[in-house]
Amino acid sequence: MPVTQTVPAAARMFLSGNDAVARAVWEAGTRVAAAYPGTPSTEILEVLSRYPGLHTEWSINEKVSMEVALGASMVGARAFCAMKHVGLNVASDALMTMTVTGTEGGLVIAVADDVGMSSSQNEQDSRYWGRFAHVPVLEPADSHEAYAMTLAAFELSERLKSPVILRLTTRICHVKGVVQTGERIEIEPAGFVKDPRHWVMVPGNAKPRLPSMFEREAAARAEAEVSPLNFQVDGSDRRIGFVTSGPTFMHVREAFPDAPVFKLGLSCPPPLESLRRFAATVDTVLVVEETEPLLETEMKAAGIACHGKDVLPRIGELAPDVLEPAVRRLRGEAVPEPEHVPAQQVFPRPPTMCVACPHLGVYYTLSQMRNVIISGDIGCYTLGAGHPWNALDTCISMGASMGTALGMDKGRGKVDANKKVVAVIGDSTFMHMGMQGLLDITWNRGNVTVLLLDNRAVGMTGGQDNPGTGRDIHGNETARVDFAQLCEALGVKKERIHVVDPYELPVLFKALREETKIEEPSVIITNRPCVLIDHYQPAKSYTVIEDRCTGCGNCVEVGCPAIHVTRRDKVVKASGKEVDLSFVRIETSACTGCGLCVQPCAPEAIVHADPVQSVQSVQFVRK
Amino acid sequence: MSQITNILVCGVGGQGVMTATEILAEAAISLGFDVKKTEVAGMSQRGGVVTSHLRFGKVVLSPQIVPGEADLLIGFESAEALRWSHMLRPGGVALVNSGRIVPPIVNLGLFDYPEDPVAKMRALGLTVHAFDATTIATDLGNIRLGNTVMLGACADHLPFPAQVLRDAVLARFGTRKPHLVEANRQAFEAGRQAVGGDALAA
Repeated sequence: MPVTQTVPAAARMFLSGNDAVARAVWEAGTRVAAAYPGTPSTEILEVLSRYPGLHTEWSINEKVSMEVALGASMVGARAFCAMKHVGLNVASDALMTMTVTGTEGGLVIAVADDVGMSSSQNEQDSRYWGRFAHVPVLEPADSHEAYAMTLAAFELSERLKSPVILRLTTRICHVKGVVQTGERIEIEPAGFVKDPRHWVMVPGNAKPRLPSMFEREAAARAEAEVSPLNFQVDGSDRRIGFVTSGPTFMHVREAFPDAPVFKLGLSCPPPLESLRRFAATVDTVLVVEETEPLLETEMKAAGIACHGKDVLPRIGELAPDVLEPAVRRLRGEAVPEPEHVPAQQVFPRPPTMCVACPHLGVYYTLSQMRNVIISGDIGCYTLGAGHPWNALDTCISMGASMGTALGMDKGRGKVDANKKVVAVIGDSTFMHMGMQGLLDITWNRGNVTVLLLDNRAVGMTGGQDNPGTGRDIHGNETARVDFAQLCEALGVKKERIHVVDPYELPVLFKALREETKIEEPSVIITNRPCVLIDHYQPAKSYTVIEDRCTGCGNCVEVGCPAIHVTRRDKVVKASGKEVDLSFVRIETSACTGCGLCVQPCAPEAIVHADPVQSVQSVQFVRK
Repeated sequence: MSQITNILVCGVGGQGVMTATEILAEAAISLGFDVKKTEVAGMSQRGGVVTSHLRFGKVVLSPQIVPGEADLLIGFESAEALRWSHMLRPGGVALVNSGRIVPPIVNLGLFDYPEDPVAKMRALGLTVHAFDATTIATDLGNIRLGNTVMLGACADHLPFPAQVLRDAVLARFGTRKPHLVEANRQAFEAGRQAVGGDALAA
């Protein structure tokens, strides 16, 4: 059980959508809540882990988190799991049979779509899962609704004996609003009932259960027609009636305050008869749904004429500044020129690796290697695809670096025969879905060198613990995975496994050069922690002796954001070749003394700052 | 629409943009306003672009400020203020830290940092109050006070008294870091004075 903390009493609170879901999950008397971190859903479990009276966990992947939740539901407890949109792809194997068994204790699956793609590899629409799995989907429009619909979802789940999907988007998860909260109810689980026909999904048991999915769906549809979660806002301007799902309700109300709106909360199965009646009261219907034309297609199939993706974009958020011109065009009106200043061209500012990030050493080394194909994965180290390293060639899905590397090795022709295949994967991603891929590499004798970057954290989502840290979601000690032993157990020869310090560039380079020459699976594990986690120990910071800097720019190639170019120049060498020079300084207050930039500096211009300055994170930087 | 106040805070991941907006939101909530705040976080912790939208009024619907509707643009970094200047409504005000954070992409010589972002904004006809929050904070003895300097600078540009925001700032430190209350009080006042505001009685 988690460390008991003082829980804020029922009050008017300023909560993000994620905070609000967490609060409601706790109030609903949930006993088990599990998740794998993923933007924009991560904070739900982080917040929930601070509430008392329930088991919370980071699971190793979303599928396991969903199975943990299902197990709790089987014994009659209320259960919850959360994930980002792509996480539900991983968990879908469990979902697609869980919908056949149904559930006992209320089971709610929160899935957060990254509409606008702030931090994901695709923009898929999770509302499809409701149709695919025949389970209800609830779509809140703000924090208050996220709270209320989470509570409603547990009740609906228990009424229908079905998992319920709570579909969030970035613009719900990461928006704060005022929410009136309540108190927790305690529910004693009814207990597990042994019943193979219910829980053992062999064909003979599963087949008779299939009709239950459709009966349940019919019941949900009937409920959607009368549910207070689906309602109509009247309006005097009946030229266009809007049908909205999720956060678009707020955008439509903002942009068109006088228009009638049909607001869907329980949006799957859609209340088609109510929508038909609504359509009859307006001149034209416009369906405002982000990404896929799902409701639009269903309404058209039901014979309800409407507009949708013919006038609205299929990609990204449908905020008021997107809606207004589109609706004007639909009405046949001119779109006025904006009165504000036009958007200014400013350099891009892509995310960077942190000062002293151990991945810097890895990517600096990879960027120095020739004839190498680098299969990448999902995490901070995906940034290795950017400048100055340009040392990551693929990024697909969690753990994909393994399988794609093997496929490249097996499929390559003459043109790639002399290339080395390297796979780069982080500790948490490796345990999430990479281990199986490595096993496939060893089993099928792949010629792949795996770089396993163990920074002891789920870095990109904020440094959460994982089985490699030896700490659970509460920071308490637990079993810890030994990656070298794990890789050996997966079939990598002991002499092909190296644990190296990524701050020691010559050691890392030697290990990589040697292992890529040997035509069998090998694993190089780097062992420096993420600089953002509490356990990171900064060292003495560095500075540049201006007189010694020759402007060679080698340190700039490391890619550390604490290194700044102060002056550029050009020189013509004896050979006649023109060379660019970059003279540098180090932001000493940001430097944590990893020493990576010192190593490629030939003139020894980088030395420890003296006197030692206090070490601070990058905050305000002087001109 | 007109009763809603729209504040856009922008900067670079790690600067404290979201915390500053949170404090502004707390001040608005303390007066009973309906408040919504949103940002695109995601990968922004890694030195990327960060914007935080704050809207408050009687009832707030959409959490997003659309281009040309921000009453106030608070730029924690010069080039970021320029990047988001199209969000200001005609007649809106920009409060800009003249300090710069130069990203690796500029250090590598792939892009140029604008010569003078504040001058560019003024040339566009925008009302800009620029000040060096970094130096003000450093002169007060702690570079981390820059955040409070920025909040002080916007205190006299809000539809409520400066004292409400100052109370919200100090309330934060009062419980978490009481030894920093006085330093933050000074930083807040220094920020106000940097844009021509009068001192509040302590």
